[in-house]
Amino acid sequence: MGLLDTFFNWPVLRESLPLLLQGLGVTVMLGAASIAIGFAGGLALCLLRLYAAAPLRGAARIYIDVLRSIPLLVLLVLVYYALPFVGLRLSSFAAATTALSMVSCAYTAEILRAGIEAIPRGQSEAAAALGLGFADTLRDVILPQALRIVVPPLTSNCINVLKDTALASVVAMPELLKQATQAQALSASPTPLIGAALLYLVLLLPLVRMVGSFEARHRAATR
Amino acid sequence: MSARIEIRGLHKTYGGFEALRGIDLDVAAGEVVVVVGPSGSGKSTLIRCINLLEPYQHGEIRVAGSRVARGPDLARVRAEVGMVFQSFNLFPHLTAWRNVALAPQRVRGLPRRDAELLARTLLDQVGLSSQADKLPGRLSGGQQQRVAIARALAMEPRVLLFDEPTSALDPEMVGEVLAVIQGLAHTGVTMLIVTHEMGFARRVADRIVFMEAGSVVEQAAPEEFFTAPREARTRAFLQAIVGH
Repeated sequence: MGLLDTFFNWPVLRESLPLLLQGLGVTVMLGAASIAIGFAGGLALCLLRLYAAAPLRGAARIYIDVLRSIPLLVLLVLVYYALPFVGLRLSSFAAATTALSMVSCAYTAEILRAGIEAIPRGQSEAAAALGLGFADTLRDVILPQALRIVVPPLTSNCINVLKDTALASVVAMPELLKQATQAQALSASPTPLIGAALLYLVLLLPLVRMVGSFEARHRAATR
Repeated sequence: MSARIEIRGLHKTYGGFEALRGIDLDVAAGEVVVVVGPSGSGKSTLIRCINLLEPYQHGEIRVAGSRVARGPDLARVRAEVGMVFQSFNLFPHLTAWRNVALAPQRVRGLPRRDAELLARTLLDQVGLSSQADKLPGRLSGGQQQRVAIARALAMEPRVLLFDEPTSALDPEMVGEVLAVIQGLAHTGVTMLIVTHEMGFARRVADRIVFMEAGSVVEQAAPEEFFTAPREARTRAFLQAIVGH
């Protein structure tokens, strides 16, 4: 059997493709859910970190630091295998979404904070001088400008979340990698793994390219 | 005529530096007061205290009888005090008319259509009706500052503060902005202007206040201030300006 037959075995690939595409669907759902929850939570966390009263501000900072330090795989295993000991049994999808979005929250909060802090003070002064309240200033003046600045790092974070969904295979989540290893076992061929790797690339390369073009545009704009 | 702005015993320190050392100043309703003085004399700090963009340690400021202080009333007081900044501080992601319409919509609760109409009328008043749909980045410095003036006017403030409104402008754009400000003087709105434009100060002011080192040294009507200053420090300042 030749190398090509081993790694790019067409019949095997065709046979495992439905399974792989199912896995890709789960990966995208898991990623999208974690990114969405991570963004909402990250925004809330960032506002606490910047504007809340001292104890809450401190708590937000501790959360952000801890969640950026802990390996995602460790967190995932804790959520899935340790929480049942205190009576909290999550499905593998819920466990994976929880762990992924908890970490994404922390990174998103830091990215948003950097964006907000980059807005010149004169902007909030002008809003204050007009009598705009805190919420209006944030919604109409600060956030629209801050979000524009942080599109590239936020996209990078989305890429990381999508890549990290592969870790959910350890909690029996039938996402792309898990389906690929299963198909590999069934067919006794590594071809499904190659297929999975290619599907990850199809999903993520355009996003990576986007970040690259954001940065090029930014360089051109600031030159 | 009761004072629209009352400042009593205003003290402010930054770290160890005494920026304001006990300012007492009244400005009458409709009066135009120009504050002059060397850099670092506390002029800008003084007017930034009036809408509490700068916190201060001692003293009291009242605008139209209401004390300016942290708390639920602050936004209401600020809405009655318009401010024009040296660096314009327009919202760069909003078109000129949206810059002007934002506060009337959010603070006064004006419907969007009315706010837009108001904004376009005000932009027309400062000579910018054709620029209303442009982003600030597409406008010249002088045009941006005129948008900023329209934005301040949109809240129909009783008091207008100008913090060196022409200092960041190229020389050829100073005139158009000063003309707009002069057009607003004596229309009923109380104005407090910090500027280095002495000719303008002389033309527009009811009263000139000269500050140095965080204190008010002298105040007088413009003719008297420029022709017969009482204090030696005022004379030294005027001499230094005329000297070059």
